[in-house]
Amino acid sequence: MENNSNTLLQLQARFGEDTFTQQTTRDEMLTLWLPMDKTIDVLTFLKKEVPEPFKLLFDLTAIDERTKNRGTNHIPKSTFTLVYHLFSFTRNEFIRLKVALQGDFPTAPSISSLWANANWYEREVYDMFGIRFSGHPHLSRILMPRTWVGHPLRKEHPARATEMGPFQLYDDKVDLEQAALKFNPEEWGLKRQSDDSDFMFLNIGPQHPGTHGVLRIILQLDGEDIVDAIPDIGFHHRGAEKMGERQSWHTYIPYTDRVDYLGGVMNNLAYLQGVEKLAGIEVPERVKYIRVMLCELFRIASHLVWYGTFAQDIGQLSPVFYMFTDREKIFDIIEGICGGRMHPNWFRIGGVAQDLPIGWENLVQSFIDYFPKRLKEYDAMVMKNSIFKARTVGIGIFTAEEAIEWGVTGPNLRACGMDWDFRKKRPYSGYELFDFEVPVASNGDCYDRAIVRVAEMRQSLRIVEQCLKNMPDGPFKSDHPLTTPPIKKNTMHDIETLITHFLGVSWGPVIPAGEAMSCIEATKGANGYYLTSDGNTSPYRVRIRTPSFPHMQMLPYISKGYTVADLLSILGAMDYVLADIDR
Amino acid sequence: METAAPNYFLIIGGVLFVMLNVAAALIWVERRMLALWQDRYGPNRAGPFGLLIVAADSIKLFFKQDWVPPFADKPVFVLAPAIVVISVLLSFVVIPFAPGIIVADLNIGLLFFLAMSSMGAYSIILGGWSSNNKYSLLGAMRGAAQMISYEVFMGLALMGVVLMAGSFNLREIVEAQRGLWFFIPQILGFIIFFIAGIAETHRLPFDIPEAESELIAGFHSEYSGMKFGMFFIGEYMGITLISCMLVTLYFGGWLGPDFLPPIVWFIIKVVAFLMIFILLRASMPRPRYDQLMEYGWKILLPLTLVNLMVTAAVLLWLES
Repeated sequence: MENNSNTLLQLQARFGEDTFTQQTTRDEMLTLWLPMDKTIDVLTFLKKEVPEPFKLLFDLTAIDERTKNRGTNHIPKSTFTLVYHLFSFTRNEFIRLKVALQGDFPTAPSISSLWANANWYEREVYDMFGIRFSGHPHLSRILMPRTWVGHPLRKEHPARATEMGPFQLYDDKVDLEQAALKFNPEEWGLKRQSDDSDFMFLNIGPQHPGTHGVLRIILQLDGEDIVDAIPDIGFHHRGAEKMGERQSWHTYIPYTDRVDYLGGVMNNLAYLQGVEKLAGIEVPERVKYIRVMLCELFRIASHLVWYGTFAQDIGQLSPVFYMFTDREKIFDIIEGICGGRMHPNWFRIGGVAQDLPIGWENLVQSFIDYFPKRLKEYDAMVMKNSIFKARTVGIGIFTAEEAIEWGVTGPNLRACGMDWDFRKKRPYSGYELFDFEVPVASNGDCYDRAIVRVAEMRQSLRIVEQCLKNMPDGPFKSDHPLTTPPIKKNTMHDIETLITHFLGVSWGPVIPAGEAMSCIEATKGANGYYLTSDGNTSPYRVRIRTPSFPHMQMLPYISKGYTVADLLSILGAMDYVLADIDR
Repeated sequence: METAAPNYFLIIGGVLFVMLNVAAALIWVERRMLALWQDRYGPNRAGPFGLLIVAADSIKLFFKQDWVPPFADKPVFVLAPAIVVISVLLSFVVIPFAPGIIVADLNIGLLFFLAMSSMGAYSIILGGWSSNNKYSLLGAMRGAAQMISYEVFMGLALMGVVLMAGSFNLREIVEAQRGLWFFIPQILGFIIFFIAGIAETHRLPFDIPEAESELIAGFHSEYSGMKFGMFFIGEYMGITLISCMLVTLYFGGWLGPDFLPPIVWFIIKVVAFLMIFILLRASMPRPRYDQLMEYGWKILLPLTLVNLMVTAAVLLWLES
C-alpha cells in the first residue's frame, strides 16, 4: 500500500543501516525500531531535514509489552514501547517509529520542543503508563485526577471497579479532591499580576453552558482580554482504551460508538477497518456502500449539532431548534435502518449487522429532497447574518503551518486553505467510487471553519445520493471465517463451520497476531485506531487517536489576546466533543 | 397634576395591578411565541394553552429558599433587585395610557422617565458587585458601561420629539401627534430610541451583561428565589415600559380611529412592540461587548446628533 522503500533508504543513508530494525505489520506501514538515544535526532531529521518531510506528529503513545505473547517476531525486547506515528502530506505516507524502553518506570527523551502537540501526548503517556519524559516542561497527569494512584494502562492496573474495592467518599477525601482541583497559577508558570494590572483567574467549567460538556478552562484575564488559558481535561475520561483490553474484538464495537458520540457508526468504521486489516478481511461492495452512506448521514448529523450550538454560543437562540429537528429526520433514517439512533452500533467485523430494510430508499430520498432547502435557509439565517460575521470573521486565526504543527486535522485544517481530506487522498471503504468535492476555505478563522462545515454537509448529501442510486446488490457480510457473527448458512450441514460459528460467537473471534492502524476522515478530523493483537480473543492494546484532543490542546495558543466572548466563538468553531478528547 | 380625585387611587391601583400582571403574563407569552417561531410547542400542559405556567412559575419562585450566598455583601445584595422593580414601576407613573388614565401628569414627564431608567443601571452594578462572583462582576461591568453609554443617545434621540411637540409632558406629546405620528418625521430618532431601548432592557441581541453562553446569567448568577424573580419581572416590565414609551412618543399613544376606545388602541400598539421584542430575541445573535460600545459611540451618537440638528433646523425654517 505504501511506497516506503524511499523513506527507509533516506533514513539508512543518514543514520547507518544498523540503526533501525524493521518490523512487518498488517497495515504495511513502514515500522522501524530505533535506539532511544537516537529518538530526537531521527525525529528532527524526519520533520526538518528529509526532503518531503513528515510534518505532522499524528500520534504518540505507548504499549505495555510485559504480558504480551511475543511469538517469534524478531523485534527488540522491551518492557514498554513508545510508538510515534508521523505523517507526511507531501508523500501521503505514514511512518511508525518505535522505541524500546527497559525497566518498570522508564524515562525517555521528550520531543515537546520539536512538536507543539507532543506536550499533551507525552503527558498522556506519563499519566497512563508512568513513563517519564526528560525535558518536558510540565509533566503532570492530564486525563486522570491528580489524586489517582497508579497508571491505568499498565497491565497490573485493575480494569474493573470490582477489582478495586468499594468506592467511598469520606470527608477527608472530599477535601483532598477539592484541594487537588484548586488552581495554582505559579504551578503553570503564570504570573498573578503584570506591571500595571492584577490578573483575574476565571474558572470556566467543568459545568458551563458554553463548553458543551465537562471541560474546564482556566483563563488568565486582564480585564476581559485573555492573557493565557489552561484547559483542564479528563472529566469525561472513561478508559475506552483500557476497556478494549478486556472486551473481545467483537464486543468492543459499542464502546467505539461512544468515543465521538456525535459520529455514531463512523467510529465503528475506524475501529473495524483496523480489525479487518489484522484479520485480512475484504468486505463486499454492498457493505462498503452501506457503511459510507451511514457514515455520511452521521457526518451531516454531527455538523448539524455543531451548526446549531455554534450559533447558540454566539447568542442566536433559534437555529439550534431547526437544526435539531433536521437531525431528527436523519435519526429517523438511522433508526429505520439500524434500530438505534445516536449509538446504533451497527457495523460488524466483516460487514454490517443486517441488510438494509425494505423501503430504506424512500426514507433516504425524502431526506435528500428535504434538506438542501433547509441549508439554504440556514445560510440566510446564520452565515449571512452580519452580527454572526462580526463575531467570527478574523477570530481565532491560525495558518496551515501552525495547524500542522499542532496536529490539527479535518475541517479545521481545511479552513486554513489546506486541501486535505483522507477520504480523497487515502480512500478507504470505497470512497474512491464517489464523486464529491473537498470544501476548502482560506483565512483559517472561525467563520471559515463554519463555511467548510456547511459546504461539507452538501457534499455528504451528494455522497448519500450516490449511495442511493448505485447501491449494489450482494451480501451484507463478508464470507470469511473471522466475520462476526459469521455467515450461518452451512452451520447445520458442516461440523467445521458449526464449530467456528460457536467459537466466534461464544468466545469471540481470534484475530491473528500483528498490528494495524486505520485512519479515517471522521466528523471532526482524522480518527485512527492503532490495534495490537497478540493472537487472542481481545486486543492487546487499543490506541484511539482522536481529532479533538490535539484541537483542544491548541486552544491557549489561538485564544491569547482575544476576549472572553471570542473564546466562545473559538470553542464553538473548533467543533469538539468531550468524549472525543478524553475517551 | 390634574387628576380627578375619586379616580386617583383607582388609577394607581389599576396601573400597578395591570403592570405586574402583564409582566407575569409576558413570561407565558414569550415562551409560547418563542416556541412558535422555533418550531416547538412551548409550555402547553398546565391549564388551557399552558396559561397556568405563570402561576406555577410564581409559586415556584415564592417558595424557593430565600438564600444569600455567605460571601455576598448582604444589604446590597438584597437591595439590588428591589431597585430594578421600583425604578421601572415608577416610570409607569408618567405614561398616558388614554385620556384621563395617567397617574401623574408631570410637565417634565420625559425627564422623569429618563431619570428612572438610569436608576436601573444601579441594580445591575450593585447586584453584580455584591454577589462577589467573577462572572457577576464581569456582567456588572459590561452592564454598567452599556447602560450608561446607551442612556446618552437615548436621551438625545428623544429631543427630536421634544422639539416637535414643544413639551416634556407625555400627554401633550401624544396630543401633538394628532396630525402625524412622530415616527414619520422622526424615523431616525425612532430607530435609535428603539435600539437604545433594547440595550437599556438588556434583551437579546444586547443581553451582554447576562450572556448566558459566556457569563452564565452574568450579574444575577448568584440570585435565586424571589430575588431572581425580581430581576426577571423587572426585565419584562422594562420591555413593557419601553414599548409604552415607543407608542407614546412615536406611534401616537392612544390615538386611533374612533371605532375602538383609546385604551384599546394603546394596548394593541404596545402588544405589537412586545412581539417585536420577542421576535428579536428569537432571531438575533449577540454582538461582542466592545462591538456594541463601538457601534453606540461611533455610529449611533453621530446619527443622533445629526437627527437633532436637522429637526431643529427644519423647525426653525418652517417657523420663519
